Amino acid sequence: MKSKMIKNAIGRIIPTEINRKPAIPFQGVGKYKPTGRKFAPKISTCTNYPLDGNKQVPSLKEALIKAGIKDGMTISTHHHFRNGDLIAVEVFKIASDLGIKNLMWFPSASFPCHEPIIEYLKDGTIHHIEGSMNGPLGRFTSLGNMKGMGVLRSHGGRYQAVQDGEVQIDIAVIAAPTADPFGNANGVEGPSACGLLGFALADSQYADKVIVVTDNLIEFPCIPWQIHGNYVDYVVKMEQIGIPEKIVSGTTEITKSPDRLLIAELTAKFCEEAGLIKNGFSFQAGAGGTALSIGVFFSEIMRRKGIKARFARGGSNKYLVEMLDEGLVDYILDGQTFDLEGVRSMRENPNHVYTSPFTSYNYHGKGNFAGIVDIVILGATEVDLNFNVNVVTHSDGYLLHGIGGWQNCLFSKNVILPIPLFRDRIPVIKDEVTTICGPGELIDIIVTERGIAINPLRKDLIDKMKDSKLPIKPIQQLKDEAERICGKPKPAEFEDKIIAAIKWVDGTVIDVVRQVKE
Amino acid sequence: MGKIGTAGNKGKSIRSDCFITLEITNSGGIKIDLQSKVKSLFGDSIVKLCKDNLKFFKIKNAKITIEDTGALDFVIVARIEAAIKQCIDTDKEYLLDVISQNKDHTGKDQNRRSRLYLPGDTPKLFMNAGIHRPDGIILDLEDSVAPLKKDEAKILVRNALRSVNFYGAERMVRINQIPKGLDDLEYVVPHFVNLVLVPKCESAEQIQKINEKIEKILKEKKLNYPVYLMPIIESALGVIKAYEIASAAENIVALAIGLEDYTADLGTQRTIEGEESFFARCQVVNAARAAGIQPIDSVFSDVSDMEALKNVVLESKSLGFEGMGCIHPRQIKVIHESFAPNDREIDKAKKIVNAFYIATEKGLGVVSLGSKMIDPPVVKRAQKTIEQAIETGKLSKDWRYDHEI
Repeated sequence: MKSKMIKNAIGRIIPTEINRKPAIPFQGVGKYKPTGRKFAPKISTCTNYPLDGNKQVPSLKEALIKAGIKDGMTISTHHHFRNGDLIAVEVFKIASDLGIKNLMWFPSASFPCHEPIIEYLKDGTIHHIEGSMNGPLGRFTSLGNMKGMGVLRSHGGRYQAVQDGEVQIDIAVIAAPTADPFGNANGVEGPSACGLLGFALADSQYADKVIVVTDNLIEFPCIPWQIHGNYVDYVVKMEQIGIPEKIVSGTTEITKSPDRLLIAELTAKFCEEAGLIKNGFSFQAGAGGTALSIGVFFSEIMRRKGIKARFARGGSNKYLVEMLDEGLVDYILDGQTFDLEGVRSMRENPNHVYTSPFTSYNYHGKGNFAGIVDIVILGATEVDLNFNVNVVTHSDGYLLHGIGGWQNCLFSKNVILPIPLFRDRIPVIKDEVTTICGPGELIDIIVTERGIAINPLRKDLIDKMKDSKLPIKPIQQLKDEAERICGKPKPAEFEDKIIAAIKWVDGTVIDVVRQVKE
Repeated sequence: MGKIGTAGNKGKSIRSDCFITLEITNSGGIKIDLQSKVKSLFGDSIVKLCKDNLKFFKIKNAKITIEDTGALDFVIVARIEAAIKQCIDTDKEYLLDVISQNKDHTGKDQNRRSRLYLPGDTPKLFMNAGIHRPDGIILDLEDSVAPLKKDEAKILVRNALRSVNFYGAERMVRINQIPKGLDDLEYVVPHFVNLVLVPKCESAEQIQKINEKIEKILKEKKLNYPVYLMPIIESALGVIKAYEIASAAENIVALAIGLEDYTADLGTQRTIEGEESFFARCQVVNAARAAGIQPIDSVFSDVSDMEALKNVVLESKSLGFEGMGCIHPRQIKVIHESFAPNDREIDKAKKIVNAFYIATEKGLGVVSLGSKMIDPPVVKRAQKTIEQAIETGKLSKDWRYDHEI
């Protein structure tokens, strides 16, 4: 079968095949409903494992060999250690030393610390990446240097792909801050504590072989067992698996930029005036400086009005923990822990609960947790006049970011993007975004320092805000304002070669990224 | 090798600026080397702008390097012009069109509660200054600009006055001390500046020199609009001469005090309590009021302590000041809120303004409240209090409907 190009439901031209496997075009939000049965891992038998429960292997290399590493396999790692991860690069260094070729790397996300992976893409150890291609890896990919086509998925989309067998993991390597010899593991204790291990949950359940790597091996039982040893084949103790100060930062602070503070303040005011901050509401704000400030402004409003939130979705940090401790929120349902206060709180406070993409954004679940959340605050590199949003490429065409949980959060009741109207001199609002990651119908409000645009589909919000003194403007007017200041940029130029595909939460292809013309 | 001119800023923390290296050559035409993070998006337009600029100055052969960090057009052409003027003698000015918002004039009595200082050689702070809604912005050519950068800053400030939308904030420029500051006027007066701050002012004579120069420039350029002055008192002598300065000319609308230099001149330290400057501040308020203009306080330099700022503003207001300088946009809101009238002041103003309306409705020449007659300046002041109360959300626009007579 030869790959053809077709137009998907949002008007983007996409291939019918990705890395020689058939690709399904995006069909519209909530339209694609696969049937049949979920993918199942091989049957294992406990008698094949040591009866004393000790699954230790002396080294990661030995574990990979025992797990049967060979050409063309899919190897997964996770980003709980963020920019302090030492394991992913180590895995591919070993594979390269062993002369293994054409692996597929299936990380839950990549970070600048993964730049050395480029070497293994060049020497053929890795064929392509399905996950995210951030910073240097994105630049490498954008210049057409990766052998295969990259595939970008959301956190929920990664779980979906594993559950329906679109991606079959041969070996999962789970870096765990604390583990016991049976393979039970958690992220709340140990020198590399990162909070939780939710991004590795699917891999532990569905991968053919699972290796737990730790620098803090304790006696059985390792409690809480966020990753259950019953899924684990081998346990490896290493000297160091992460760089603590790069895993969690003790200094995540609210922004000092007056412009960003203004955007945060406008966002909070909008939510207050629109009646979104009410008793029992719920919200999710990220870890960026602006998002953190929005949390602080929310707290002020809640205190003033005597309002309590039922739950907040993390990314948790010290500001969210303060809200929990103060009683402004009943629960933190946490997907990622951004600082040491978050880790401590998760360890000590039963109302600070760890979650995984399975809990939060599972396309093949019986219901969608994201839809319960009232307010979600997200970022963007570009927005267009139809409210379609790009989060992976920049206006110059380079692929520089992953999707993360971004797409999954779009199903929340009110999706708000607080973004500057231009960065340097690059306007954020375009006629058409370079890459579509989220369809406009799911994006409700854009808040910039020069005005707020409400999606015309949200007639209820427009009606509620019609007497507001906030600077509410049509999105076209915001775009014109930015272009008057910055000038109109020339669109990025691309080669024909497709370097990456962007998956929607259901596994269909919503857009592709092409090689940048140098 | 020909002459080399350099202008602009580069380095790790620099954004929205560019650094120009220009070498005038004898042959070879124009060679442009553009290094920019927005090259693929704006490269063509930057090169075109650069060529146009060089052509305007009749430069046919040059090597020019542009190290750009996302500078807007008005910055790029200011930097190129500054580099050119280091290489050749010319009075020509490369001017972009004035945006329509920047031709507005301001009023003598308008609010001057907050004025935001913008260092004149730091363009990244210009674009978003207005969105924080200060009453005025100050493009500063004096203390915040390094001596070697003064010439470049003048050109940049001139272009900013024409091109940057400050969203209704009064456009002010702080020139250098007289006599040097007189040259600065050439770069600001023809470009619709609303108000000129005169630093370290010590005599009425300085004001006269400035006004002579302003009039000459406006006449030469066939322009006709008000250019207001705000002298800043920053020395012991200035304090003594405060009234002479405040009443030196019709276009003086406010008198400000600058406490950093003043305390240094006194040979003392500036303290939070401010006892050392109590006399000077009272003198400035008194002189300004005697001359019928606005008394304006100094800046508060701890940008992280909003609670302390609030206390300082309340004290400033109690002394009679109407405004303060800001060195950070986050100070603006605190200053506006703290200068806003309190409930007691609003109540009193409502009674007076209401009595004025009733008198007008009845066609009476005299406004009276109970048995007391109210003088016109008191009515005017009360009206301003009401305006500020409405603006800060402390009073409804329709307050008269609910007002009990």
